[in-house]
Amino acid sequence: MPAAVEVDGLVKRYGTLTAVDRIRFEVAPGTVFAFLGPNGAGKTTTVEILEGLRRPTDGTVRVLGLDPWTDGGPLHRRIGVIPQEFRFFDKITAREAVEYYRALFGTSVDPGELLARVELLDKAYSRFETLSGGQKQKLGLALSLTNNPEVCFLDEPTTGLDPHARRAIWDVIRSLRQEGRTVFLTTHYLEEAQLLADHVAIIHHGRIIASGTPEEIIRAHGRPSRLRVDAPPELAALLQRELGVPAHAADGHVEVDLAEKHDALRILSAIDRSGLPWDHVATEDETLEDVFVRLVGRMDEGTLKAEVPP
Amino acid sequence: MNGRRLGADFKIVVRSYTRNPVALFFSLIFPIILISLFGLIFSSVGSSTTTLYVVNDDHGSAPSRAFLEALNNTTVVSVSVVNVTPGGFAIWLGQNDAPVGLVIPAGFGAAYAHNTSVNVTVYTDPLAAASSGAAVGAVDEVVNEFNVGHIRASCGAGPGCAPVVGVSTTQVGSKVYRYIDYLIPGLIGFSILTSPMFSLVDVSSSYRKEGIFRELSLTPLTRSEWLAARILWYVLLTFVSAGIMIGAGVFLFGAHVTLTVGVLPFLVLGPFFFVSLGMLCGSVAKTPETAALIGNVVTFPMMFLSGTFFTVSSFPPGLRAFSHVLPLYYVIDGMNQVMLFGNESRAVVDLAVVAVAGAVVFALAVRLFRWRDE
Repeated sequence: MPAAVEVDGLVKRYGTLTAVDRIRFEVAPGTVFAFLGPNGAGKTTTVEILEGLRRPTDGTVRVLGLDPWTDGGPLHRRIGVIPQEFRFFDKITAREAVEYYRALFGTSVDPGELLARVELLDKAYSRFETLSGGQKQKLGLALSLTNNPEVCFLDEPTTGLDPHARRAIWDVIRSLRQEGRTVFLTTHYLEEAQLLADHVAIIHHGRIIASGTPEEIIRAHGRPSRLRVDAPPELAALLQRELGVPAHAADGHVEVDLAEKHDALRILSAIDRSGLPWDHVATEDETLEDVFVRLVGRMDEGTLKAEVPP
Repeated sequence: MNGRRLGADFKIVVRSYTRNPVALFFSLIFPIILISLFGLIFSSVGSSTTTLYVVNDDHGSAPSRAFLEALNNTTVVSVSVVNVTPGGFAIWLGQNDAPVGLVIPAGFGAAYAHNTSVNVTVYTDPLAAASSGAAVGAVDEVVNEFNVGHIRASCGAGPGCAPVVGVSTTQVGSKVYRYIDYLIPGLIGFSILTSPMFSLVDVSSSYRKEGIFRELSLTPLTRSEWLAARILWYVLLTFVSAGIMIGAGVFLFGAHVTLTVGVLPFLVLGPFFFVSLGMLCGSVAKTPETAALIGNVVTFPMMFLSGTFFTVSSFPPGLRAFSHVLPLYYVIDGMNQVMLFGNESRAVVDLAVVAVAGAVVFALAVRLFRWRDE
């Protein structure tokens, strides 16, 4: 099956500023792709180019095989978009908004059903101006679904929302994937990417610095798992001496990097044999967030090269 | 153009507008306040030298020429003889924005020679009180001179030596017009201008800033459909507010206007022009602030100089020439021709000007207003 989104050598310049610098990626149909990066990394520029709202300076972009800039008309009937901060006509109610989009697209969705799906049915008769930030975003999501889209673009859909609204939107994204739609998500929340995405690309200063499944990225760029135990510093010295593992002590606990899972068993029996007092054993894995913060930091220091297409 | 999408967008416009009490107030109630205000406070603007258009029906007899020369010598008026029949003169003056006119009747010279009394007729425009007053004064003065000279020359102080020349006055147009009559087309024009201009300039720039246009660009709605829905709304609004103003003028102030279907094209093409112009002003500006500025620069001269509150005929010549380049002048003048003077042929010319200008501005607005950035 051809990719839902194909981007190759994409460049976008605004005057002398290069917002997007030769990026390349593909999104497989029916998957959730998260475009992850700090503010100003080039996420919104990229997603707007994919939606046909901006013209690329260079490179090739195809969404469902169409060029978004020149084939906007046919493409827009097949995609759904929620912008970063969804805005609509102040005096129009949520239900009227869905009816409006339904008439524009000439589809036959049931407004009540659609609003229920985004948990906004109780606000069906409220005007847009009276909705909270989260409710506005939910309405944007509902409108983006009126044309039964094959690909959904969500640009930071949960930024600034309370945890409850965020979870509701996550649920919708999961259901979109279950229905076989492709979801292109930009976010600066690592948790969001890790929870929802099949594939993640980390973008910084307009370049992709890492990509893969969340697990792949953690494996490739993360630190090994750690075992942590509350114990006196002598234990660190003992473990290094006896097992040759890198252990260090801090604030009343000892941390040991685990090259492999099985190392944990050897370390625990060594602790037991040592006769030193110990408590609270735990292992810690790095999250995508830890990796992200480190990668972005290293790129800013100049010690990390971006993935530049060959 | 797709009817379903246009209809859906029209519904959005109607709802947005009718749910906004301030906007409704300004569109419907404000003109009534204006019509009452100006109806009560009659005001007019004067000018220094007035052109006095003259029909000399005495075919250049010596006394009539002497009379006109004497008038010219007063320097209050400058005489301009025109070739119009006396019967059509009143309408001719109305059509040519001329505030005053004079008819010297056939047989003026003969009457003068034979001591029979004869009247010259002065036509005045009540809206141009200052220039009319000056001209009437000059005519009175010259008539007086003539009579005194005539009495001295022909019969001394004897009996039967009464003044031979008299003055009768009548008003410009086919009948008597009052300020309120002119005010109705003027204020309908005023609201055709202001309602769409202020709203569209604001909407076009702020929707772009807020990203609403970008969202609409992702739907099948086209820019011409979007603009057409707004035009439709403002045509509707104009019909309602024109009805209210005509009602208020006729019932509160006893205005006399002729209502024919000839008014309708102006109530359609006027909003068509100004919705497009508002959109154009909003589209060429980069920010809502600049848009408001451009909108004001375009709107304000038209608000006062197109015959809204003051008839163009009461303006000094330079200003009058300027008002002829303002599109609203043709809307108001056309409505004046239909509603007051019953001069359909000139109304058609006005209508043609508005239609052509409207088509050009609509095309420019659709072209220059962008849903999306480069």
